[in-house]
Amino acid sequence: MKSLVRVASGQGFWGDWLEAPRRQVEGGQVDYLMLDYLAEVTMSILQKQKERDPRMGYARDFIGAIESVLPGIVERGVKVIANAGGVNPRACADALLALADQKGVRGQLVLGVVTGDDLLPRLDELMAQGHALANMDTGEPLSLVRDRVLSANAYIGSDPIVEALGRGANVVVTGRSTDTALTMAPLRYEFGWGAGDWDKMAAGIIAGHIIECGAQCSGGNCLKDWQTIPDVWNIGYPIVDARPDGTFEICKHPGTGGRIDVSTVTEQLVYEMGDPHAYITPDVVADFTSIQLQQAGEDRVRVYGITGGPPTDKLKVSIAYRSGYKAVGTLVYAWPDALAKAKAADAVLRRRLEYLGLSFDTVVTEYVGANATHGPLAGDVDDLPEVQLRVGVRGQDKAMVERFTRELIPMVLNGPPSVTGFAAGRPKVEEIVAYWPALIDKTVVRTQVEVVR
Amino acid sequence: MKVRLLDLAHARSGDKGDTANVGVIALRPEWYPLLARELTLERVAAHFRGVITGGVQRYELPNLKALNFLLHGALDGGGTLSLKTDAQGKVFSTAMLRMVLDIPDAEASSLGLPPAP
Repeated sequence: MKSLVRVASGQGFWGDWLEAPRRQVEGGQVDYLMLDYLAEVTMSILQKQKERDPRMGYARDFIGAIESVLPGIVERGVKVIANAGGVNPRACADALLALADQKGVRGQLVLGVVTGDDLLPRLDELMAQGHALANMDTGEPLSLVRDRVLSANAYIGSDPIVEALGRGANVVVTGRSTDTALTMAPLRYEFGWGAGDWDKMAAGIIAGHIIECGAQCSGGNCLKDWQTIPDVWNIGYPIVDARPDGTFEICKHPGTGGRIDVSTVTEQLVYEMGDPHAYITPDVVADFTSIQLQQAGEDRVRVYGITGGPPTDKLKVSIAYRSGYKAVGTLVYAWPDALAKAKAADAVLRRRLEYLGLSFDTVVTEYVGANATHGPLAGDVDDLPEVQLRVGVRGQDKAMVERFTRELIPMVLNGPPSVTGFAAGRPKVEEIVAYWPALIDKTVVRTQVEVVR
Repeated sequence: MKVRLLDLAHARSGDKGDTANVGVIALRPEWYPLLARELTLERVAAHFRGVITGGVQRYELPNLKALNFLLHGALDGGGTLSLKTDAQGKVFSTAMLRMVLDIPDAEASSLGLPPAP
């Protein structure tokens, strides 16, 4: 058994820094590169893409990421684990194989593809069997919105990824696995942790939680002493240095910017946290109140003392469904009386929407305070140099939302004065994809692992 | 003495459906007990009155010198539905830090708390 395994984080979401994966693999020796591409909203976007083209539905940035780290995979044996498969892991695998062919490295790539998280094709069968898939927040049964469902994916744990690694895969692609499983799996595979090793499993999950958002634990988006965080332009993404006993350190490659200390790691630990006593994952329930942090060197934090317990018998299911339309538009009002003008414009706009007989589920107005039009002339901030009027509407009737988008621009000539910031034109009508969290019995979800050589 | 939470803690926030979570972390470990005492459920709920539509939950993490708050009904229905600029609750953290605490002078000086400007 290895005494140390290094897992590097190279992407915190689909849209994260394109340079990060390559920098993690080239910046020093690591054993694994984990790339997290999925968020609640991402699955529904991917599902829409798959509807338009059956070869789509995965995070396409991943292909570029793999291309950039191919030398690391092929020459230095770095393994890659990613949930880039989205709603179409097989299409993602095909694109990877095509890339490997093109680069002449097909023989050195062993691809693990994890599927089985996609419950959309089984939804009616599952509901008929009595799985209500009730909304975790409201308690309502899924039948209420069944005809509008776009995607339904169970959050799967680390088991199938461990299996893929065990069968020799050096690149593993999954659908909706939990973000934390991407880090947990290589640690379990290397150290042999399994059911019963709850404290070590909890450590693996917490390591995953710390690095799953990329540089958000190494100085990115960090509030404490943010002005003094060095070389943010060159920020180093985090690496977990893990040991078989379940202790680990968070660090980054030498020569990179950012900061790793107890503060930056603590900020990430509390990010998107619910009940800290029970951080529930398919693998283990971790207790965040057991975590101990200690500065162990420059840009190095030791994490230890972690405890955990057995997982529940449920898996979370992420369901996306169509839920009407929305549009958001903005105008910028300038000094003097910028805020008063923006408020007057909002009143004008609302009277016109009423006059036209348009009604919405919600109309939200915000006044965004900024400093773009008058620059250094702005002076006293109580007398705002500019205010951005930002109005959003949401409703079921697409035509009404569309009509709203045509009411904003005319106010440039026929509303309150000193208005600008309309160069982008009319706001765009967007279909709303709403999120429906639910639970399902674990036994119902059957994952499959395919290893392609 | 009036003390700004901004000078006692740092914070990070994120979303869970229509709920925003705010983690508040003491800038100095010795200030944590004060935060745990002052940032009561009632106090935080009152601070966010009119901003959120639901209730508040509170958790203590003495090991991290941190408190975690769940602010329900904070995000206009949640990330994909929301029309708000802060649809994912990313800056509820700093909204929390606008809180001003009233601490007895003797305690404030013994803890070295910076007075509000």
